[in-house]
Amino acid sequence: MQPSNSGDVRYDDPWYDALASGWGESAGGEVPSARRRDGAAAPADVYLEVQRSAAFQEVRSRYRRFVVPAFTAFFAWYVAYVVTATSAPDLMARPVAGAVNLGMLAGLGQFLTTFLLTWAYARHARLRRDRAALELRWDTQELTRGRGGAS
Amino acid sequence: MTADHRTSALLLFGVFVAITLAITTWAGRHRRGSAEEFYAGGRLFTPMENGFAIAGDYMSAASFLGISGLIALVGYDGMLYSVGFLVAWLVVLFLVAELVRNCGRFTLADVVAARMRERPVRIAAGTSSVTVSVLYLVAQMVGAGSLVALLLGGTGEAARAWTVVGVGVLMVVYVSLGGMRATTWIQIVKAVLLLGGTLTLTVLVLLRFHGDINRLLHTAAERSGHGEAFLAPGLAYGGDWTARFDVISLGLALVLGTAGLPHILARFYTVPTARAARRSVIWAIGLIGGFYLMTIVLGFGAAAVIGPDAVRASHASGNTAVPLLALDLGGGTGSTGGTVLFAIVAAVAFATILAVVAGITLASSASVAHDLYASLRRRRGGPRSEVAVARVAAVGIGLLAIGLGLLARDLNVAFLVGLAFAVAASANLPVLLYSLFWRGFTTRGAVWSVYGGLVPAVALVVLSPVVSGSPGSLLPHVDFQLFPLQNPGLVSIPLGFLAGWLGTVTSAEAPDEARHAETEVRSLTGAGAV
Repeated sequence: MQPSNSGDVRYDDPWYDALASGWGESAGGEVPSARRRDGAAAPADVYLEVQRSAAFQEVRSRYRRFVVPAFTAFFAWYVAYVVTATSAPDLMARPVAGAVNLGMLAGLGQFLTTFLLTWAYARHARLRRDRAALELRWDTQELTRGRGGAS
Repeated sequence: MTADHRTSALLLFGVFVAITLAITTWAGRHRRGSAEEFYAGGRLFTPMENGFAIAGDYMSAASFLGISGLIALVGYDGMLYSVGFLVAWLVVLFLVAELVRNCGRFTLADVVAARMRERPVRIAAGTSSVTVSVLYLVAQMVGAGSLVALLLGGTGEAARAWTVVGVGVLMVVYVSLGGMRATTWIQIVKAVLLLGGTLTLTVLVLLRFHGDINRLLHTAAERSGHGEAFLAPGLAYGGDWTARFDVISLGLALVLGTAGLPHILARFYTVPTARAARRSVIWAIGLIGGFYLMTIVLGFGAAAVIGPDAVRASHASGNTAVPLLALDLGGGTGSTGGTVLFAIVAAVAFATILAVVAGITLASSASVAHDLYASLRRRRGGPRSEVAVARVAAVGIGLLAIGLGLLARDLNVAFLVGLAFAVAASANLPVLLYSLFWRGFTTRGAVWSVYGGLVPAVALVVLSPVVSGSPGSLLPHVDFQLFPLQNPGLVSIPLGFLAGWLGTVTSAEAPDEARHAETEVRSLTGAGAV
């Protein structure tokens, strides 16, 4: 019943690219690891260090590259829908087929785009973000622990 | 409604209450008294369970009876609600669910306080969370009173007052004895019942029209007396521009407010990881989307089967459309099928209210104990004493909600739900998004954005036509109405964002780079998440 989790990611997926993996690669590979220096910095600095690491910036920009356009698109589409429904009811009343008019289609379209974007977001997160984020999580926690500062 | 309906509906209410009390006792047995257990149910729910619980927390009786009834009366315009309530979940999924799960422990204030000076930020976020919860709670309590009076025919004052008291007592028992574990299971049971009931009615409506949606819509349009205009926007909100701006304002509040509702945010802490939180929201979107699609079918179905005039004759704002539809689909008044279906719908509506109020009470008791009490009190107690405070807070909030519910039981409080969403969108969402995404955000910005959204939202409602100046107002005999819209969202949401920006750029302290880095890294990776 439950949606599959990232444990069974298929690698032949065209959306999947090698950068997302970081799996089984050495820490110094093409995705630089946050685990670099072992200086005696305070635990708070660990987060600054991870934040500046290329691996983290990659995860962050992947997240933002999906979320910002997707959010803008659906929000604009929703506002346009509400504004049109209230200010141009005649346009919405234009018949399409049988009893179905443009307004009905637009309303059902909102449901449809919500489901589609949910699916796209889940897929994007699962294939392009989860594994890299998990690696960073363990690296960061190890660094924090290594400096005796595990919160 | 005949005595027959009343008896069977009461019987089903009784069964549901007995089941929920059994769940509470069972959950209370396992309790160890830890904060983790009380606020987050041990954090070990599966995404599917949490998805059902989120749906159970979110789908209120106002949606089940109110939206369908509105569609039955005014056609297309009622659909705008269904769309807004669902689309809102994309904001939650994209921007909030995973990040909040990663950075916080129990409440919204946890996320903000992690990178700010804790005390002022917790007091601000705690205050706005409690405000949102109490507004929502009072709306539900009053709704429960009129619903039971409506469904059981006992429109007497005493019946309504006792319903408000009974709902209040039950929610306090669930929350203070069972904590999050009991609340979650009650919401799951309720979601299953509500979806089952809605699905049954939808199938029966479609069978009645032999699966021909086109004929269903045509019949609805014909019986409405408005013809094809019934299937297009404009019947309810097509009047003057004030009405149109009101709909836009409400639409914004619905879409942006959901992500700031404290009882929804609290649900993400009941699963072990951010990925589980994401999957819970995906489950929830599927369930909630299906539910709101079915409310549309039921609304037009009620218009086609019963006719808007009969619906309006039974209840002016259409709340009885679905129960009347159930009665007709089951075989009509006097038939066994009709009686059974009617009783099921009534019991489901009641279960819906109980589960929603339990979720809100729990979230607001967490805000009181974890944010307000812990900050206002100098000496910090242990986690065990915080849970004790939370249990007492649940009792206090219950008493407050009963009191306000009794005071407001004769008033038209439909605007309160819209207001709760508007306050959540104006006070909670800006501070949450700024904390998660804006490097330069400061403590002053956080405090300003909460109060800068909360105060205008509440003040604008006080100055709006819902409080004074028109025959349908709370205070019809005085007139201090200055603001034309019923819902303040259109103005107060931008103000909340603006105040947060203004507070940040005018603040003397520099933003804390290290703690911003910590929030950002933790929110996106889950490092150090509890």
